[in-house]
Amino acid sequence: MSAEHLPVLLVVVPLLAAPLIVLFRSGRAGWLLAVLASMVSLACAIGLFVQVRGGTVISYAIGNWAPPWGIEYRVDVLNAFVLILVSGVATIVSVYARTSVISEVPSDRHYLFYAMFLLCLSGLLGMTVTDDVFNIFVFLEISSLSGYVLIALGRERRALHAAFQYLILGTIGATFYIIGVGFLYLVTGTLNIVDMAGRIQAVADHRPVLAALAFMTVGLSLKAALFPLHAWLPSAYSTAPGAVAAFMAGTATKVSLYVFIRLLFGVFGARLVLQDLPLLEALSLLSIAAMLVASLVAVMEKDLKRLLAYSSVAQIGYITLGVSLANQDGLTAAVVHLFNHGIAKAALFMLVGGAALRLGGCRLEVLAGMGQRMPLSAFCIVIAGLSLIGVPGTAGFITKWHLVLAAAEAGQWLTIVAIGASSLLAAAYVWRFVEAAYFTAPRHHGVQEVSVGMLAPAVIMTVACVYFGLDTSFTLGAAREAAELLLGAVK
Amino acid sequence: MNTAVLMPLAVSIPVVGAAAVAMLHRAPDIRESVSFLSAAAVLACVTMLLPAVLDGGRPEWVFLELMPGLPLAFRLEPLGMLFALVASVLWPVSTLYSIGYMRGNNEPHQSRFFACFAMAIACTLGIAFSANLITLFLFYELLTLVTYPLVTHHRDEESRSAGRIYLGILMGTSLTLLLVAVVSTWFLTGTTEFTPGGVLQGEISNAAIGGLLALFVFGIGKAAVMPMHRWLPAAMVAPTPVSALLHAVAVVKAGVFSVVKVIVYIFGVERISGLSSVDWLPFITGFTIVAASVVALRSDNLKRRLAYSTISQLSYVVLAAALLTPLSVIGAALHILTHAVSKITLFFAAGAIYTAAHKTKVSELDGIGLRMPWTMAAFTIGALSLIGIPPAAGFFSKWFIMLGAAEGGRWVALGVLLTSTLLNAAYFLPIIYAAYFRREAEPAHDHGEAPAPMLGAMFASTLMVLRFATGIGLLLTLTRQLVPN
Repeated sequence: MSAEHLPVLLVVVPLLAAPLIVLFRSGRAGWLLAVLASMVSLACAIGLFVQVRGGTVISYAIGNWAPPWGIEYRVDVLNAFVLILVSGVATIVSVYARTSVISEVPSDRHYLFYAMFLLCLSGLLGMTVTDDVFNIFVFLEISSLSGYVLIALGRERRALHAAFQYLILGTIGATFYIIGVGFLYLVTGTLNIVDMAGRIQAVADHRPVLAALAFMTVGLSLKAALFPLHAWLPSAYSTAPGAVAAFMAGTATKVSLYVFIRLLFGVFGARLVLQDLPLLEALSLLSIAAMLVASLVAVMEKDLKRLLAYSSVAQIGYITLGVSLANQDGLTAAVVHLFNHGIAKAALFMLVGGAALRLGGCRLEVLAGMGQRMPLSAFCIVIAGLSLIGVPGTAGFITKWHLVLAAAEAGQWLTIVAIGASSLLAAAYVWRFVEAAYFTAPRHHGVQEVSVGMLAPAVIMTVACVYFGLDTSFTLGAAREAAELLLGAVK
Repeated sequence: MNTAVLMPLAVSIPVVGAAAVAMLHRAPDIRESVSFLSAAAVLACVTMLLPAVLDGGRPEWVFLELMPGLPLAFRLEPLGMLFALVASVLWPVSTLYSIGYMRGNNEPHQSRFFACFAMAIACTLGIAFSANLITLFLFYELLTLVTYPLVTHHRDEESRSAGRIYLGILMGTSLTLLLVAVVSTWFLTGTTEFTPGGVLQGEISNAAIGGLLALFVFGIGKAAVMPMHRWLPAAMVAPTPVSALLHAVAVVKAGVFSVVKVIVYIFGVERISGLSSVDWLPFITGFTIVAASVVALRSDNLKRRLAYSTISQLSYVVLAAALLTPLSVIGAALHILTHAVSKITLFFAAGAIYTAAHKTKVSELDGIGLRMPWTMAAFTIGALSLIGIPPAAGFFSKWFIMLGAAEGGRWVALGVLLTSTLLNAAYFLPIIYAAYFRREAEPAHDHGEAPAPMLGAMFASTLMVLRFATGIGLLLTLTRQLVPN
């Protein structure tokens, strides 16, 4: 087995481990396999990232069918970076999942949980690694369908409703996407992204291309929960089991955003996106609306999980805002925030999931006195929350710095005001937790800190939020290179 | 030995100390010894750095590159040296005082208190040592965060709302205005390094310079230039040692220090002197000086009066720097120091009165000079120093600021300074008069002096106020390096 097969191993290992788990029918074995498969994927992703740093692009022809006829997996620094995020979050969350699943999922379904988890992981990794727009759809469906199941495993009955809502909206999103793929295939006769990018310029003003752009933008925005298409996200994240919320919040929307960025810059290109259509202006307005409106809703929320979910919608606005600025610093901000926000939200949902188990819910009044009862968890929530605000020394600051810089370069001073206002709102919603946890007397007695199995992964993720705020050579190095790559493609 | 290593050492000692303090909550005596040991160690480090800086050396220490071209780094220059000295000299003194206060008042959560206190010193030193705006910004925000638990020490409704104001204003200004100021500096000049003579060379329009200055002055909310001052009186709900060290010395001085540093090393005194677009700053600070003094005059709560006096005195520093003459810049630097020792003495006295007599209002202080002679003597000396009466410390800095104003022909500024001196006298002297010459209200509450550690601390700080002249030669050598020739 040699290194050249890494791109496919990354996807195949979790994909094959999933049915294996079903054969074993044991929660414990399922958990071990899930952790192992995630780790193998992470190792593959790191191996790929090391190879593609510095501009190399790895192309892998599935089944030796040469592209553009066969399916091509194509790894450059942008998707290698996303692969590390997805498999990294999966690895840490899968360790955390053991305790979370035991407490939240009926024991006869444990093995199914892990099987679904791995299917979802391989779907997300496949979407990221493939260079084929139809293959993206296939993996999108794999990750979505398994995602609906994972959410429906939540303890409350509301989880079923949330999963159903997500299923309807997610299916609409995927359908829109595949309609777009159809149109593109109609006019270009190819499904391969690189091939398509070469052919599309000749037919750029044909109506099907415009229709494809519209359908794909809406479809992917639905999956990425871009405001105002975010309705499914808060109920899905707040009712799903803790491990699922952490995994999805850290990865699912990020991968859809990655695909969106890739198509925008890698397929449709300069003329359509940057010159002819007011797409970026619209995106910029929606992003700012997301940053302000969703943050405002988060400030009003009484349930910490829903608060964090709305915060996710706002933070996704940061990412798309960076995309809409479409300059070097803006795209750097967008790409680096995929990672920075992914780890912060994964950490937060793991911590809140633990707190909800111990305290029996995560409404703010239930979390009263958490600072005394669960000091380490509460402290980590504050630290990861600071990253959401963008306090210097945390990963969120790196994003904010580049966003403000990009807006200054573009001369968009109102955008800077919006960024400032949004971070103030972020401070307000994070501080609602601080006041609940530290300023109110505990309601529960004898509550203790969660077990090491849940706490350790969450603490590691929290430390990562600080680490990547100080040592940015990996994250920022990759993001800058990716931004250059994207801008180079549209020049 | 490379002297530069003393800087990261001085910053990390309080951090380690804070961790030890937090773990030693079952052994208060050992815990307090740890506080003292770390304070002494920090003082030693900072003092050992002094000769190098006096000789014109600029020790430098780079931690890592935060973003390309934006390192986290320390570089010590005279202003930072001065500020580091202020913080490290007054830390052991106020530790001594805190021990007396916290035990005398049976305050809860003393370990958390001392740990956060030490962390605040670490952040203050980080600000003092910063080589560039980004490092300064990092420690500035951290300082806000670690002092928040101190402000809200009592965890009741009052401290919760005070904490909201504190954090709302300090983080609200820094996360929006200051961040944009730092990014704009980087965007316009391609550097955030503190450079003698400033970094704004050439191409930048005058209006942009004025706007940038506004972003910095109002973005640095800790400098409490009106209208960003409301957090300071709110923070007075904290235990008095916090008000003394942090809200008279470390935090607020971090604010004005940053403003002075930005004016001297980012804008450059010569670069912006005479620009019409920066002319508003003396006016807004002059207004702050007078308005805050008037509010102080009308406050019956002693700590509130001192808080507004602090707001007024902070704007002295900013005003002095904004006058943009060599003498006034020296005056600004000196005033950071002289106001620190004077105001900490006053807060020490206020806390001593609260501990011994449980009195917080000015109107309750009739005749207290007879029951607490030492405390009121210290209070008197601190107040006279702030009014500017020689040989007390406050005289020297005020002298330089006024000389600077005269040198620049800023007669309005001079007028503001004189008015404020009168107002200072008007809000301090009645307290002193009442304490010594009015008869105590009946029924008399029988109490004596404050606990010995508090008296010791007050004695030390009063001595610094009185014997300031002995150090003035050294300080002038240091501050002269701030200005060309």
